[in-house]
Order: sequence, then C-alpha cells, then structure tokens
Amino acid sequence: MERKSLPFTIFIYASALLLAVVILAPVLWLFVMSISPAADLSAKPLRWWPQQVDFSRYALLLSTVENSAGAAFVASLWNSLRIAGMATIAAIALAIPAGWAVSRTPAVGWSLSVVIATYMLPPVALAVPLYMGLAYFGMLNNIFGLALVYLTILAPFTTWLMKSGFDAIPREIEAAAMIDGASLFQTLRIITLPLAAPVVATSALFALLLAWDEFFYALLFTSDLRAKTLTVAIADLAGGRVSDYGLIATAGVLAALPPVLIGLVMQRALISGLTSGGVKG
Amino acid sequence: MLKSINRTLLGAAFVSGAFMPHAFAETAINALFMAQAAYSEADVRAMTEAFSKANPDIKVNLEFVPYEGLHDKTVLAQGSGGYDVVLFDVIWPAEYASNNVLVDVSSRITDDMKKGVLPGAWTTVAYDGKSYGMPWILDTKYLFYNKEILEKAGIKSPPKTWDELAEQAKIIKDKGILATPISWSWSQAEAAICDYTTLVSAYGGEFLKDGKPAFQSGGGLDALNYMVTSYSSGLTNPNSKEFLEEDVRKVFQNGEAAFALNWTYMYNMANDPKDSKVAGKVGVVPAPGVAGKSEVSAVNGSMGLGITTASKHPEEAWKFITFMTSQETQNQYAKLSLPIWASSYDDPAVTKGQEELIAAAKLGLAAMYPRPTTPKYQELSTALQQAIQEALLGQAKPEDALKGAAENSGL
Amino acid sequence: MSGSWMTTRAWLLMLPLLAVMISVIGWPLVDTVRLSFTDARLVGTEGSFVGLDNYARMLSGANFQRTLVTTTWFAVISVAAEMVLGVLAALLLNQQFYGRTVLRALMILPWALPTVVNATLWRLIYNPEYGALNAALTQIGLLDAYRSWLGEPNTALAALIVADCWKNFPLVALIALAALQAVPRDITSASMVDGAGPIARFRFVILPYLVGPLLVALVLRTIEAFKVFDIIWVMTRGGPANSTRTLSILVYQEAFSFQRAGSGASLALIVTLLVTVLAVAYAALVRKAAGSNA
Repeated sequence: MERKSLPFTIFIYASALLLAVVILAPVLWLFVMSISPAADLSAKPLRWWPQQVDFSRYALLLSTVENSAGAAFVASLWNSLRIAGMATIAAIALAIPAGWAVSRTPAVGWSLSVVIATYMLPPVALAVPLYMGLAYFGMLNNIFGLALVYLTILAPFTTWLMKSGFDAIPREIEAAAMIDGASLFQTLRIITLPLAAPVVATSALFALLLAWDEFFYALLFTSDLRAKTLTVAIADLAGGRVSDYGLIATAGVLAALPPVLIGLVMQRALISGLTSGGVKG
Repeated sequence: MLKSINRTLLGAAFVSGAFMPHAFAETAINALFMAQAAYSEADVRAMTEAFSKANPDIKVNLEFVPYEGLHDKTVLAQGSGGYDVVLFDVIWPAEYASNNVLVDVSSRITDDMKKGVLPGAWTTVAYDGKSYGMPWILDTKYLFYNKEILEKAGIKSPPKTWDELAEQAKIIKDKGILATPISWSWSQAEAAICDYTTLVSAYGGEFLKDGKPAFQSGGGLDALNYMVTSYSSGLTNPNSKEFLEEDVRKVFQNGEAAFALNWTYMYNMANDPKDSKVAGKVGVVPAPGVAGKSEVSAVNGSMGLGITTASKHPEEAWKFITFMTSQETQNQYAKLSLPIWASSYDDPAVTKGQEELIAAAKLGLAAMYPRPTTPKYQELSTALQQAIQEALLGQAKPEDALKGAAENSGL
Repeated sequence: MSGSWMTTRAWLLMLPLLAVMISVIGWPLVDTVRLSFTDARLVGTEGSFVGLDNYARMLSGANFQRTLVTTTWFAVISVAAEMVLGVLAALLLNQQFYGRTVLRALMILPWALPTVVNATLWRLIYNPEYGALNAALTQIGLLDAYRSWLGEPNTALAALIVADCWKNFPLVALIALAALQAVPRDITSASMVDGAGPIARFRFVILPYLVGPLLVALVLRTIEAFKVFDIIWVMTRGGPANSTRTLSILVYQEAFSFQRAGSGASLALIVTLLVTVLAVAYAALVRKAAGSNA
C-alpha cells in the first residue's frame, strides 16, 4: 500500500463527503417532507426540520377505510406487488429453460440476441396495438394483462442473466449425472438449478425492481383500483389537488421503501448481476 | 374461487375486512372524477356514500385522476369498458360525440330538469342539439383579492376593468407590499387557456369564425397582449407560467398574491383558517371587463357527468348521475362548487356565509364565454398553450405566436 | 447425442420465451407498421390505406424536428454527465478511507428509487415558490430571488437532466467500481515505479479495464435516454413552451391525446429506427473496443 500525502487524504475525504451529501440530501429531504406539517413546507424561509414531527400521513395513506384516499393507495400498492410478483415468477420460469438452452447450444444463441434487441423498441412503438389487443381480449385494466406486458420487459433481462449463470457451471457435472442415468429434467433439477440458485435470485431481484418501476404501460392500460399500480397512483397524487406536499412525499417514501430495502440488503448480488452482464458483454 | 382466496389473503395482509364486497351489492358501476378544483375528493366520496345508502343494490367505485389525465383516461378506458360514469369538461362533448364515447341522454332529461337548471349550464353537455349528460359543476374564473393588502395599499374597491387591475397591482408593487401582486395559472396546460379565454371574452374576441381560427387578431390578440404586458411589467408573479390552479391557491392562501384568477372552490378553501393564512380576508368579484367592450368577463369552465357507450349498466349510471346532480345534493355541498339549479341561488341555506361569492357568481355565470366547440379541440388547445407560453417567454411576438397556433390547430 | 437433436431440444426449451415475445412484442410491432400506413384513429374507425402520408407529414413537421433536437440534447448531455460523474465516483470509492463501505452501500439508493418517485421528488425540490433548491440557494446567498426552474426554457431541460443524472450516475459508478477492482494491483504499482503520473496512469493502465463495461453502460443508458418518457411526463409534461418535449411525449400526444393512431404509429417507428441506428453504431464500437483490448 502506497503512502498518501496529507493534502491527498484531505481531498479524498472532502470528495467522499461531497458525494455522500449529493446522494443523501434529496432522499433525506423526501423523508423530512413526509413528516413535516404542511405549514412548515410552505414557510418562507423554508424550515429544514419540522417543529413538530408528524407521522399522520403514513396512517392516512395506509388506512383501509372503504372508498378513502388511503384505500386507493393501499390497493395500488397491492396491485404493484401482485403484478411485479407474477411477472417476475413468469420471467424466471421462461428464463431458466431458455437460458440453459442458449448456454449449452450456442447454435440457437442468435434468437436470444433478437429477444434482447427488443429492448431498443420504445414502448410507444408497441402501445397502440397492445392497447387494441388487450382491449380485444378484455385484459385492459387487468393485473394479468399488465403482468403479461411486463413479462416482455423482464424476460430478456432474466434470460440473459441466467445464460451467464449457466455458462459458469461446467457441463461436465451435468454430463456425469446423465451418464449415471438421470434424465435431462432430473439433471437440471438436482444438479444445475441448485448451483444456479444465486443467479436465479439475482435475476428475480432485477425483474422485481424493473416491474416495480414501470410507468408508461401502467399509465395507458390501467384505469382504476382493479389494476392501477403504485407509480401511476403517485403520478396522479402529484398532479392532482394535493396542496400538501408532505402527502406526495409520504407516498414516494412508501413506494421507494421496497426497492430501496432490496437494494441495500441485496447489494452484492445486484452488483454482481450488473457486472457479469457488463463485463462479459 | 381464486378471487375469494385472494380476497381472504388480502384481508389478512391488510388488517381489516375493508375489501370485502358490500353485502347487498348487486351491480357495481365505476365512476371517474378529477382531483382538482370544484368538489373535493372528500365531498365526492361523501355524496357517493349517501347515494349508496339510498341505493344499497348499487355499488359505486370511485376513481380520481388529475384534470390533466381526465380526457386521456376516459378515452383509453373505452377499450376496457372501464367506466360507466365519467366527468367531462365543457370542451369535450364535440369530440366525445363524434367518436361515440358518450351516450346521448336527451330522452332521459325530464321537464323538471329542463325547467330547474340554469339555461347556461346546459351548454356544458350539448353538442349538435343533443345532450350528452347532466351539467354538474357550474364554474367560471373569478377575480379573488386579498382585502388586507388592498386596504394597506389604500385601494377602496377591487378593479372593474383589466386596466384598473394593472393600475392597482402597480400601486401595491410600488408601495413595496408585494413584489409581484397577481397570480395566474399559465402552465402549459388547459388552465392557461381558461385564463386566456376569460380575457378574450373581456376584449370581445372570437376563437373561430366559420370554423376557421380567428383568435390571431382583434380580441384574441388583445387578450394575449394583456397577459404578456402584465408578465413582462413584473406585475404578475413570474412563476405563474408553471402554475396550475392549485399552485395559485397555495400562493394566494399564503398571502403572497394580492389578486388571483381562480375557480369557485378557492373562495371557501382560502377562507378556511386551518389551511389558509388569509382566512377572512378573501374578496371575490367577477373577472373584470374592458372599458367600452364588457362589464365583466368569464370563461365557461363547467363540467358534466355522462354515461359512456361502453357502460353495461346505463340505468344504474343514470341513477347515480341524477343523484349527484340533484338540487338536494348540490345544495348540501355548495361550498366548493355552486349548484346548477336556478332557485338555489336564492336559497338562504346555500347563500349563507358566502354572499359575496354568490353575488359574483350571479354576474359571472351570466357572462360565461365558451371555448371553441370542435371535435379537434385537443389539438387547438395544445397549439394555443404553446403560443401563450412562447409569447410570455418572449420567444415570439404575440401576433406571430397566435398565427403559428392557428396554423398548427388542425382547423 | 447428435447435434441436430441438441439443437431441436434447445429450440423446444426456448419455445415458451419465444412464443411470449412474438405474441406480445412481435405481433404488435408488425401491427404498428400496418397502422402507420393508415389514418386509423384510436377508437372508432379502422382507417384506410394512406401510403406514406403519415411519414411525410410527421418528418416534415416542425414539431418532429424540434423534438428530435430536444431529445438528442437530453440524451447526449445526461449520458455524458452520468459517465463522467460515475467514473469519478468509482475512482473515489476505489480509494481507501473510513466509511467507504457505507458510502458504497448508499450509492444504490438513487438507483433503487422508482423513476416516478424520483421525478416527483425533484419536482418538489424545484418548486418555484416552496422548493428546497430555491430556499437553499437563497439562504446561502447564491441566489437573490426565487427562480422558476421548470418554468424557464433555458433551465427546464437542465433541471430535468440533473434529476435524471442523479438517479443514474450511481449505476455507472457501481459498474465502473467493479471493473476497477478487477485491475491487478501489481500493474498499478509497476506503472508508479515507472514514473507514470496519475493522468497517464489512468489513461494507459486503468482505462483499458473500464472501456468494455462502460461501453455497455453507455449503450444501455443512451437507448434509455432516447426513449425517455416517465421523468418528463411527471415533471413538466413537455413544457414550458414545449422546450422539454421529447419524442416519446410527442408520440403519446399524437396517438393517445389526439387519438391519431396511424400517424402516431409512423412517428413511433421513426423513433424506433433512430434508436436502432444508434444501437447498431454502438454495437460496432463495443466490438471494436473489445477487439482492441482482448
């Protein structure tokens, strides 16, 4: 380890402090807004810490009294959970066989490239026919319809990640099991999948985050509590008659909580997923 | 079966049985409202609750979106049969009728309704001689003023003309009471068109002549010139160009505007000491006129409730609409939006505590000027919004901006 | 096991994925192409064939050209800033200092925040009357009067770019950091012994390790920035005076607000084509970079 000069050390700490402030300040401010009384938030000069901490908005948004603003929020939270969950499970179910096939049989690899290339398509290029198609099958404003659409965003990603994961598992292990008389299905289930479990977990996390974040399709294809997702609910809240900025902030905190917790706890897995895709190209 | 399992899980997960269906519910209808101006979300929910109590066999699911999303949501939901009842703005019946979005309900409207409702309100739901719903929100933009600030500035009475408004604002500015006394909603949105229309009506302008744009000259141009002058002279809060109605209300309630153009709902909200710093100091008059051209000015900002063609329960939907628009319901909730019924304006139960607002309404509602009626309204409005902002920001001269809008209007 | 059976089996295993992708992406895309040659409306009419009219009208319209410029500005500046800030942050996080582990963990925060929440948060921060940015800048004396950040054409796009960068540069930083950690220590020490200055060291020793992963990040971020919709929809809806209207917003307006599905489709395909050209050019770059570093 090389020795660092004092000015260099000071420079490093100053930069680290600056980076920490840049990252943290907006997030902390979101939280502070959510617990500040409305009057503090429209005070001039602005009050940076509430005179009186006020958690009542959380209770308001998480209430389940029928036909209340809280019930609407909780319903959209629940929709987001269900849609993201379903789409993730389906994306993993598609990705495991497909990822394995491409990993073991490079001859079909080009089809995965085509699938991944769909990432370039702007959603607006698909929205009109998708809208008409979903309408035809009665799947507009329906969590299954939306989950199906999300699947097409998630599946290319998960398949790609799964393929990289399978690439790292030597074929010889599978071959040995096959020689012992195990069928392909058994081999995959008993040998390969357990080894690939961390990659499955990483892919699932990514898929969940992607689905949780989606806004455009949800905006177009849902219309009420039966399918409306959290992102749309927040956009509605922020655009409508909520003069209490704290309430908007509270909704933001609640919507950010699941992905932020996943991100902080599962950081190592996420970064390895990001870079395995990135480094290997 | 699966659904009921879901429900049970849900109930377990979220503590209470709030998601359990109504015991009596036989028919469920979905209704789309807006969370912006006029009746508050709480009011609409309370009205609906009263309706459900009276009609236990009909369950109404309410959905609220910002005004900005109301049109697109309505149109998009047609594909799913999403809503049975929708709230619509006075500018949309032409498009909705041409595209078969709303049901023609002319035959359902009774003689009592025809007689009782103010004649001006019917224009809200009419297109081509047919009615596409019931008027519900009868609204126009009023000039609100902060009595305390005017008093401090030594101004005896609120402005009668737009020029007087500028003069009074100048006095307030010069005396250092407020740097930018007037607040408007000039964000790139329909709100800006409503303010512009108010001025167009004051200057005696016209939007269309024989179906062709006519706002590029005369009153239409005068209106935009007034906005630009007021903005560039510093009398108008420069942030107005990113304000919607709610931002205007917030600024006014915080005592940071001497004058503000806004809808009915601001009167009682700004007078509520819980939220507002100016409670008890709120004055309201009709939007001013122009000497020699008009006494007062007003935009028709009314909205109606209609049944969508995708609805499978038009009977229940109409029942709900009649309840929501009934004189009884409207009189009970006459604080944020005034009734459509003529006789309500002389009913002490309605007028009590808001005599000033009622007085302004009597003049303003009678002067309501319509935005153009055309199936291509959305395009025209989008083009005009751009023109207004370009002119305000000094990117184009008002006449050039309006000429550009006329070309881009699709008319 | 014969090769052809392997291939058949592989196709069978791919089938579910391909079936879903074809029905939910392939078919709509084909239908969008069909729509783009018609004057169909979103609800109501099926529309009739109008040839290339839609394309001609969209491409020649002032709206399209102006929007393309706006989108390009947004994409180029935000992606460039994300790359530079990301690499700088990664270089910092690769140094040793107390609290490094915590700071690395915090980097995930902006990235994990949903886009809509991020947009809402920054809209509140930029609020012209009660926003934190105005308050902070005036309280420390950098600004004498509150400003309308999202209301002025010359600051609105910049304000959007800042919000977008804040969310996305940590991702670049994390990718770059992982690549930096792969640089063998003895190489850097050897170059120090050779007397290479810090800049030369970065350019010749460290950068080659970063190029591959960064290019991938660059491609992905550029494509995303070109398709941008959410953050703009929530923060400005394209205003003021359409100065922040991007291509996706324009397509939305055409196809959904004005309900002209036909011309909306043609516009969407033009955007798709632009993104494809970009991606292909980048892919060539990535291949070249990978080749020269292999």
